[in-house]
Amino acid sequence: MKNKSLVSINDYTKDEIIRILDLAESFERQPRQDILKDKVIASLFFEPSTRTRLSFESAAQQLGASVIGFSSAATSSVQKGETLKDTILTVSNYSDLIVMRHSVDGSARWASEVSPVPIINAGDGANQHPTQCLLDLYSIRKTQGTLDNLDIMFVGDLKYGRTVHSLTMALCHFNTRFHLVSPVELKLPSAVKQHIKSAKLQYEQYTELSEVIPKADILYMTRIQRERFPDPIEYEKVKNSYNLTLSMLENARPNLKVLHPLPRVNEINTDVDSSPMAYYFQQAQNGVYVRQALMAAILGRV
Amino acid sequence: MSDKRKELIVSAISNGTVIDHIPTDRVFQVIKILGLDQLSNPLYFGVNLESKKFGSKGIIKVSNKFFEHEEINKIALVAPSATLIEIRDYEVVDKRDVTIPETVDKIVKCVNPNCITNKEEVTTHFNVIYDENNVMKLSCRYCEKNTSKENIFFI
Ligand SMILES: [Zn+2]
Repeated sequence: MKNKSLVSINDYTKDEIIRILDLAESFERQPRQDILKDKVIASLFFEPSTRTRLSFESAAQQLGASVIGFSSAATSSVQKGETLKDTILTVSNYSDLIVMRHSVDGSARWASEVSPVPIINAGDGANQHPTQCLLDLYSIRKTQGTLDNLDIMFVGDLKYGRTVHSLTMALCHFNTRFHLVSPVELKLPSAVKQHIKSAKLQYEQYTELSEVIPKADILYMTRIQRERFPDPIEYEKVKNSYNLTLSMLENARPNLKVLHPLPRVNEINTDVDSSPMAYYFQQAQNGVYVRQALMAAILGRV
Repeated sequence: MSDKRKELIVSAISNGTVIDHIPTDRVFQVIKILGLDQLSNPLYFGVNLESKKFGSKGIIKVSNKFFEHEEINKIALVAPSATLIEIRDYEVVDKRDVTIPETVDKIVKCVNPNCITNKEEVTTHFNVIYDENNVMKLSCRYCEKNTSKENIFFI
């Protein structure tokens, strides 16, 4: 893991994933440690994402690292037409590790090939967002006490939602039973379903939300994102497909937790927020520990 | 055409390679993929030739040039039916079919317009994969999207 970039969750083996989750647990117990005091971490947000950027920068600073970088392409030399390769090569002169988010698919893989320092992908277009995946796994393990043999329910845009694709791939290591709830137009792509099948696991597809809730240990809600749709008419048809309300959780298993990568729009009613089953705000907090674990592991300090 | 004259088409070069049974509309692509237009070797090609198997076929002959398996397999994407014949001193010394390679580099464009390979000067790399119906697809190393056979566009 040391000096190795993390571009896609598929870059990590099951053991590597578990190692990061174990490390994240130790950072949750003790988040402020000076172990990266002599390190400089570059945070390059070519595409703005305040939430993800603050989580990374907070994680780095709590470990004592210095953080340099930019929060949007508009404030960087990229606007002047510099290529990604040139930006990465320049920044690598000043940093030990680069965290990057970029709107172009595959930009992080390309950066990892040209960069002399390791890259952590904080989201490349519609492609991958592996730290979101790790924090989801961490949240599942923390709330259920295990990752093995769970019933996990995904709801919403399963076609374009990269979070769901990565998490599904990762969960294939853990004997998960998948319950996939989506409008017919937004079913999980066949390539991802094939991955489930080749892991010899089961999935079921539904269009109705309520009937599936009693079967689940984790209810993972996702937002239907306008910007992912090539066709705006397709978006209009499905945008209000699901709305989770408190009363729908009445027959849920007592251990059920509701997760959501945030920000939400209207897919989770605010009356769910007060339920002990609502976990989406703590879920986001777990992102800091997972990112601390990753940075410390890649920089060889744990 | 008599058998003798047919034979002549294949063996008219003394040393080199004949690529036979190319779909007639793919001959120029094959020349480009193999970079034959960049060589100074004598090069002959024919299109719209009579073929019992395909109705119409193309053929390429290049003198003093021999191909590694890996190199010639690049053309399998456009001309899976092609046969390779190696000629040394007017004799056919080897005859083989092309096979679809495990990876495809440089020659194909990624179907995803938002892929880094279509935004900046990045060489494309694909893994050849097969879906559940055993249909071949090219999986982009960068954006991880699949390019299906009908969307293959050569750079
Ligand atoms: Zn691509």
